[in-house]
Amino acid sequence: MKKLSVLLAVLAIAVNPGFSQKIKGSDTVLPLAQKEAESYAKINKNSDVTVTGGGSGVGISALLDGTTDIAMASRKIKFEERAKLQQEGKSAVETLIAYDALAVVVNPANKVSKLTREQLEDIFTGKITNWKEVGGDDMKIVVYSRETSSGTYEFFKESVLKNKNYMPSILSMPATGAIIQSVSQTKGAIGYVGLAYLNTEVKPLSVSYDGANYVVPSFENAKNKTYPIVRPLYFYTVKDNNKVKNFIDYMMSEQGQKIVKEVGYIPVK
Amino acid sequence: MKLRKVTELIAEKFLMLCSSVTTLTVILIVIFLFSEGMGLFKSSDIEEGYALVVNSENPVSKLSPEQIMEVFDSKVTLWSEVGGNDEPILLFRLNDLPAYFTEEEMGDELQYVPQCIGQLVSKEPGIIAFVPKMYVDSTASGIKVMEEGHIRPGDFFDGKYWYPTSQPAPLFGVLPLVMGTLWVSLWAILIALPFGLAVAIYLAELADSRLRSMLKPVIELLAGIPSVVYGFFGLVVIVPLIQKGFGLSVGETGLAGSIILAIMALPTIITVAEDALRTTPRSMKEASLSLGASHWQTIYKVVIPYSLSGITAAVVLGIGRAIGETMAVLMVTGNAAVIPTTLLEPMRTIPATIAAELGEAPAGGAHYEALFMLGCILFVMTLIISISVEFINSKKIGRQ
Repeated sequence: MKKLSVLLAVLAIAVNPGFSQKIKGSDTVLPLAQKEAESYAKINKNSDVTVTGGGSGVGISALLDGTTDIAMASRKIKFEERAKLQQEGKSAVETLIAYDALAVVVNPANKVSKLTREQLEDIFTGKITNWKEVGGDDMKIVVYSRETSSGTYEFFKESVLKNKNYMPSILSMPATGAIIQSVSQTKGAIGYVGLAYLNTEVKPLSVSYDGANYVVPSFENAKNKTYPIVRPLYFYTVKDNNKVKNFIDYMMSEQGQKIVKEVGYIPVK
Repeated sequence: MKLRKVTELIAEKFLMLCSSVTTLTVILIVIFLFSEGMGLFKSSDIEEGYALVVNSENPVSKLSPEQIMEVFDSKVTLWSEVGGNDEPILLFRLNDLPAYFTEEEMGDELQYVPQCIGQLVSKEPGIIAFVPKMYVDSTASGIKVMEEGHIRPGDFFDGKYWYPTSQPAPLFGVLPLVMGTLWVSLWAILIALPFGLAVAIYLAELADSRLRSMLKPVIELLAGIPSVVYGFFGLVVIVPLIQKGFGLSVGETGLAGSIILAIMALPTIITVAEDALRTTPRSMKEASLSLGASHWQTIYKVVIPYSLSGITAAVVLGIGRAIGETMAVLMVTGNAAVIPTTLLEPMRTIPATIAAELGEAPAGGAHYEALFMLGCILFVMTLIISISVEFINSKKIGRQ
């Protein structure tokens, strides 16, 4: 009996180390959180940070169940999720960790260099099908999108399409790299990628949400918030969970924010 | 002597055990597939846990999933277009609530939200609100909860639109996906079969042994390349070629998928067909030659008919590979869920859809079940093909 209880105690310690922190959620934030966790582990030898993906919604519901300490989210917590947390008697604490910007890209041979949000909406929902309708050559528009499972897909739908559905004939690609490749070799192409993925093979478009000021997607414009297709990336924690404080402090430190830039996101400071 | 008997017995039992385990696994997988998939037709056609609420004055009490999508995409903006009054439609989602009410009115623990929604809906005659069921106070006056139905098999098998993540009502129309799969696989096999057979005959009958010993490993190597490599090769090389060659606006087409699949099916077809051709007994070939038949006549009058069942097996395995391939197709066909009319337009196949979407579909939800149902369709498709090939084959053998 004594042996058994000792064994159980050892097991309990082995399974549940005191410094273990679990982070779960958005696949967009995942590479950033992993990098941060790696460099955090170098400083704090006895720390144990586990990072897993699954999507923003998955992270927040894990926070609700208590199976994670930090939920990563590439969008603000939804009203209904906040309502659910309330029902459990928990309240969420929000930490803005970085920004991510999406660039709308076209083939470098395309004459068009700027579009308004309404024009983008009409292109992605299929109302505008030829480049000459937006001031370009007489050429069919080929629209590339990400797969429905991607957080980028959802964010673009919310921000640019105002929650309308993409047209059915949209070409959906499994990865950002595939979009860049396709846009670079298709003359009439348009697509969207994370700012960090921009290269010389594709041409980013200036975008305007008010119809007057067109803004080029760049780190500076995303940081000073003049570029409109920017989403905040958050960490959500439950109030009074002190276990996670050190890691979040590290993330917000100069060192942590430097990693944000290295991974290709926009630092908050 | 006795020991040998025992070992033989053990070996026999072991073989029997292996085959029954294999069979059982296959059957279990099929049962799992169908039981998960069938749940789809029990799911509500509106997103789980949500309800659509309208003003009680509104005569419309039921909308089809397609109508709901058109309403929420602002393609339909008047209630009269869906059989109601001449009233503009006002869309409302729960996240719009803070725009209508203050924090205080909602309550610090959000306890007054049902009243807020009730108040808003009864005030606005043209509103349609998409809210969680727990926030609907169905006893309140002035509001009406819309009837919800189940996803109907007709909408699934005959639907033309695949919008699995559309809110409030997803659309699961598999027609474009089934057609896409059939087009891509059919053309893949039409391209691969002549090539594969030609190479197999060359290797089995014509090539000298040194060339053969060089060619065979190269072809078998093709089978070992990961499919994502084929996909990337297709995207970078074949897609631009097709785009330029046919003067298309977009190169990601069903044809690109067919060519990649044909290349991927080739090693299977060549290896199996060549082995079959080689089983022709030497005596039969020699008999044919001694009767004065030329080498070529011997090949297509004696060798090919003799090994027909093996060649059929090669074709079936090749089709199986083509129909079930995911990653390579995902990268080159463009994945647009529209019903294809020519081979030169983007298509979306069933395996690519499952691969791209299953990871993020919430387990047990309608989307998840719809993807399993797609798996069932794929299973039935391959089953039909192998049964019909088997059938044709048995007919031919019977005639001879």
